[in-house]
Amino acid sequence: MINELLGLFSYPFALRALLVGLLISVCAALLGTSLVLKRFSGLGDGLSHVGFGASALGLAFGVAPLYIAIPAVLLAAFGLLQLNKSGKVKGDAAIAAVSGSALAVGVTAAKLSSGMNVDINNFMFGSIYTLSGRDVLVTAVLCAVVLLLFVVFYNKLFAVTFDESFSSATGIRVSRYNALLSCLTAVTVVIGMRMLGALLISSLLVFPSLTAGRVCRSYRGVILCSLLVSVSAFLIGLIASFAFSTPPGASVVLANLVFFCVFFAVSVVMGRLKTKR
Amino acid sequence: MPIIEVKNLYKSYSRRAVLRDLNLSVEEGDHLYIVGENGTGKSTLIKLLLGLIEPDSGEIVFSKNRKTKIGYLPQQTEIQTDFPASVREVVLSGTLGGKRLPLYTARDKKLARDMMEKLNVSDIERRSFRELSGGQQQRVLLARALCATGGILLLDEPITGLDPVATAEFYRLTEQLHSEGVTIITVSHDVSCAVHYGNKILHLGHGEYFFGSSHEYAHSALGKAMLAGGHCHD
Repeated sequence: MINELLGLFSYPFALRALLVGLLISVCAALLGTSLVLKRFSGLGDGLSHVGFGASALGLAFGVAPLYIAIPAVLLAAFGLLQLNKSGKVKGDAAIAAVSGSALAVGVTAAKLSSGMNVDINNFMFGSIYTLSGRDVLVTAVLCAVVLLLFVVFYNKLFAVTFDESFSSATGIRVSRYNALLSCLTAVTVVIGMRMLGALLISSLLVFPSLTAGRVCRSYRGVILCSLLVSVSAFLIGLIASFAFSTPPGASVVLANLVFFCVFFAVSVVMGRLKTKR
Repeated sequence: MPIIEVKNLYKSYSRRAVLRDLNLSVEEGDHLYIVGENGTGKSTLIKLLLGLIEPDSGEIVFSKNRKTKIGYLPQQTEIQTDFPASVREVVLSGTLGGKRLPLYTARDKKLARDMMEKLNVSDIERRSFRELSGGQQQRVLLARALCATGGILLLDEPITGLDPVATAEFYRLTEQLHSEGVTIITVSHDVSCAVHYGNKILHLGHGEYFFGSSHEYAHSALGKAMLAGGHCHD
């Protein structure tokens, strides 16, 4: 069994999937923590739909999907942030409106140009086994940027996530860090779409930190634990998809769900033990 | 020379004046209480003092440019009370203000340790903020605020939601800090405690306001009406 698995990763396509998946899992876990704690989990979902719409448009006009999706999603991220700040449209309603519209644009563009073909299906559900060497490179670079910025601004992101009013009172430019967070999320969503697809990528953002939050008590603990959960769930999902020929993206999400259930059960048991003491 | 001087401050929202021609001064070592009903501009004044919004006219002058150096204790409702963060992480975040490099230095860590010591939360520094009682959470947030300030604390309705024991403890703590020379500005609904603990009162009303010593306030018509029948807990 183990030999079989090791043998599998000697195929370039499987190795590329492994590399890209691990990188994205790490980024998603880091950013998801802030999104979940800021009660802004819907952002990932909304942005992924914008990513889908933009990719389908790109396909229709013969532009490489990634090059149109990244600016479009960045723009959407900023737009949603501004809408939320101005208070004119509430965050969740704005996200619902934007994601629905983007999906509609994408589906229309796809139908008018080439019909609902393989590419469209891949945008929706991911195509982790068809990544090129170039995809790996782009993902690696973007993930490195996300990681670097997250590590450098770790303390300020914590402060801003925990208590915006105190942070701005001490002179931290809160809106700047919210923008940074949205930017990094946008980039992660777009590159993650290649792996999990527009419909599933948001769960990769939300699940790990939600799971870690069941048992961890410190911010650092949640970050580290969600990293671990994210990477393990990806590996388990990928291996399961090989072993049982299940769709890889869905398998990763299901592995995340299992982790969440286990951690939830553990937190309930821990809570019981505590009250008994 | 006052450390904060508010001169002819004017602020309106969509043409409705919230603060009109407000003048007050805070001296070093003062304990100023800001009281008044909801909607009379208390939170607007806080935002102005913290520099989060700009006045329409008038100015707020800080001596020694302390603008970024107010230690702020926000209302409980604005803080995420189910957030997984350790006490130490919360207190340390108070040292971040105005820094270029967002890393904690040895000095920051020492400051955080000292403030945790001062507020008697050192023994719970590894515990999760969300598991603490309301009174403990306030002490942690006070420690964080003290990390951020050179000597001015701004407390926004600090006792709301605290039980009587925690409330008494909180008053004791702020009194102690005040006696150590910390200048305190408290926003509160409790007029009788304001007169008891504060040496200056700002009473914001709709359209007019009172600013003066708590003694003057207690003997003014407005103060007498507000204080009728009420006693501070001790």
